[in-house]
Amino acid sequence: MVYVTRRLVQSALILLGVSFITFVLLFVLPADPVRQIAGRAATAATVENIRAQLGLDQPFLIQYGRYLLGLIQGDLGRSYLQKTEVAELIGSRLPATLLLMAAGIVAELILGLTMGIAAALYRGRALDQALMMTSFVTVSAPQFVVSLLLLYVFAVQLGWFPIGGYGTFAHLVLPAVTLGILGSGWYARMMRSSMIEVLRADYIRTARAKGLTRARVVLRHALPNAILPVIAMIGIDIGVFMGGIVVVESVFGWPGIGQLAWQAIQRVDIPIIMGVTLVSALAIVLGNLLADLIAPLIDPRIKLK
Amino acid sequence: MTDLQNITGGEQAPVLTVQHLTVSVRTEGGLRPLVQDLSFTLNRGETLAIAGESGSGKSITSLAIMGLLPPPAVRITGGRIALGATDLAALPEAQMRKIRGDRVAMIFQEPMTSLNPVLTVGAQLTEAIRAHEPVSRAEAKARAIKALTAVRLSQPERRMTQFPHELSGGMRQRVMIAMALALRPEVLIADEPTTALDVTVQREVLDLLRDLQREMGTAIILITHDMGVVAEMADRVIVMKAGRMVEEAPVARLFTAPKADYTQKLLAAVPRMGGPDRPAPMAAPVASLRDVVVRFPIRGGMLSRVVQNVHAVEHVSFDIPQGQTFALVGESGCGKSTIAKALVGLAPHQGQITVAGQTVTETMPRALRAQVQMVFQDPMAALDPRMTVGDLIAEPLVIHGLPHARDRAADLMARVGLSKDQLDRYPHEFSGGQRQRICIARALALNPRLVIADESVSALDVSVQAQVLRLLQQLQDEMGMAYLFISHDMAVVDTIASRVAVMHLGQIVEMGTRAQVFGNPQHPYTQRLIEAVPQPDPTARRPPLPRLAGEVPSPLHPPGQGPARLRLIDRGAGHLVAEA
Repeated sequence: MVYVTRRLVQSALILLGVSFITFVLLFVLPADPVRQIAGRAATAATVENIRAQLGLDQPFLIQYGRYLLGLIQGDLGRSYLQKTEVAELIGSRLPATLLLMAAGIVAELILGLTMGIAAALYRGRALDQALMMTSFVTVSAPQFVVSLLLLYVFAVQLGWFPIGGYGTFAHLVLPAVTLGILGSGWYARMMRSSMIEVLRADYIRTARAKGLTRARVVLRHALPNAILPVIAMIGIDIGVFMGGIVVVESVFGWPGIGQLAWQAIQRVDIPIIMGVTLVSALAIVLGNLLADLIAPLIDPRIKLK
Repeated sequence: MTDLQNITGGEQAPVLTVQHLTVSVRTEGGLRPLVQDLSFTLNRGETLAIAGESGSGKSITSLAIMGLLPPPAVRITGGRIALGATDLAALPEAQMRKIRGDRVAMIFQEPMTSLNPVLTVGAQLTEAIRAHEPVSRAEAKARAIKALTAVRLSQPERRMTQFPHELSGGMRQRVMIAMALALRPEVLIADEPTTALDVTVQREVLDLLRDLQREMGTAIILITHDMGVVAEMADRVIVMKAGRMVEEAPVARLFTAPKADYTQKLLAAVPRMGGPDRPAPMAAPVASLRDVVVRFPIRGGMLSRVVQNVHAVEHVSFDIPQGQTFALVGESGCGKSTIAKALVGLAPHQGQITVAGQTVTETMPRALRAQVQMVFQDPMAALDPRMTVGDLIAEPLVIHGLPHARDRAADLMARVGLSKDQLDRYPHEFSGGQRQRICIARALALNPRLVIADESVSALDVSVQAQVLRLLQQLQDEMGMAYLFISHDMAVVDTIASRVAVMHLGQIVEMGTRAQVFGNPQHPYTQRLIEAVPQPDPTARRPPLPRLAGEVPSPLHPPGQGPARLRLIDRGAGHLVAEA
């Protein structure tokens, strides 16, 4: 409990840092949000008027101070263009993103761990080489290419899944697999080397000396030990995922916060960009915390302090 | 069975018969044999020791019997391994699996790594039982508890729910034995079962193995490099060298009248307690410690406060005389290596440490650092694999800005018995003993007044160990530096040290000349340690060591508290003994 409290305090500090850096970056950005709102035909007076209204004429520290003050009260500000509360916008889209993310991680783990374990067990043989080659391809393929390829084959040609949108399980499959494919190569490689190392351990020899079946040696004795470094990786991986989600949501028309962020960046809608960044940062921080909390459940030697 | 008994003249048929066993590894140059044409038999209730140095093929033999040779490179290329009527060498894996753990079981050297860290002791024990017998979970559990009781573990029910890291090394090895013997196998293979354990724990584990063998009639194959353990345990001995058997003999005959040259050499190299006395004249100290205390804080809680201290070294005082060897002995965790670290300024200490008249601190000047050099236990880990031997030996000279580093390195190579032509080679091209010579050469590069040898010969084979010990002695005679020799091995210390201090839980319990401490041990702990050392003499079988009652003492104490300080009393001629 002490541990969780301390980690949450740390997380708040991290979020504060993230908010500051993002704010600075948006402040020095050459794009002017006011021009976007006012449109090209607006007079100088109108532009200045809007600027004053939004408080964008104030010095940096005052702008940031105001934002922080709102943030502490749970106020993420209002979108410049849509005139709605950012919290509301994100709140309505967050469930879709979380669902996609969870499905993506599941896809990634199923693909990656299976490939990694199989490669380790058939180390040095044809299957191992084929799998490692595949993992290279999945790691290097850009997501928009993978997503378009999957769309073409499974949605357009075969018609197994809808082309885009949101609603049923069928809608979820292609975007989740797209997200999962990228990370699966990483996990396959990590799982393979971790598994190979564990299979050499003395306690695996002990397990075999007891006369256990091969399946039991691998699944009960090797897997829990080999998966530990992979779990730590999932926490870090959520950050990479957030990047991928922006692309995947746009390609598949998935109504999540990635799409929201994409639109907001194009229109320099600062409050939304800030809000999405903070929510993503929160997701990464919590994901890491979760990974760290799971580790001691698998390995009793890990003590949280 | 009765027929067989008649054939063998009333004696029982052997449990295990190995005939012309050959095990080979596949290399680029074809098959290379690791074990060649090995034949032996093993009778019920008998202990057969397979002794030999590293690379002799003794462990490969045991893995071959278990069917655990690392595939696909290493495999049996000839011969039979008959367990009763079954030839294990020809058995397919699915059937071999049923024999492993049930009829032939094995315990390994490293109890710290041989149990799965993420499974409870109970889970690992019950699965061993259930892998071979169709019993219910509850029944398997009951049998597991019985097995833990049989290996004399306290609180067996609690042990079932504990994880391996919560147990000490000796306790883990007992769990391994419980696991191996739970199904009453006909053959137990014990591969260096006590090598990683402290001597007193080793004694307890060996006693236990012998008792269980008597109870169950198990035949034991004991794989070991330690001739003391052989003498203590074995009925018959096979000596192996480079994959071949060089001699097979009953244990008494092997020690009294070894036939093969190699056996004779091996036995001659074994360090023994006792032997001619060495003078230990009082000389000016090159290093002295006064009231040295080293504690490591353990932090915890919200604000990372110190919740406990590890009292690694407590009020230790001694002098290391010029040109002599001062030995620190004790079991793991007694603080002997921490003293070495403090001496080279790598551990924060209280109290006074002086070397060559100057005070040692963590920020001591470089010139003073040159006066104390170290040689470590594992020569492979102590040498950077990416540097040539010449660069490794010359490195201290370069760091201290001394000229002619390369020539000095060549000199040093010659001094430690290596050729200067080998300067451009890399550490992996040398054998373990040669690597340790390189480490010694590196330590001598700066002409130190004191060399700390921390378990420097513990990882070496006995014959190599004897050579390195001789080299150390010879270098001391020539160059006159002092050694601080740290070891858990009483026999080795007895052959090299002139003065000895025995440590227990961070404090010195007895100190004096080698003759005083080993010839006339006064403190009960010293007596217990010496008593526990296995003697390479089969006639000297001693009664089992009385087990200590109560909790295992711990060097952990809450802040502000600590162990009672022991007072050393002079029992005459500088023989200091702690008050009991």
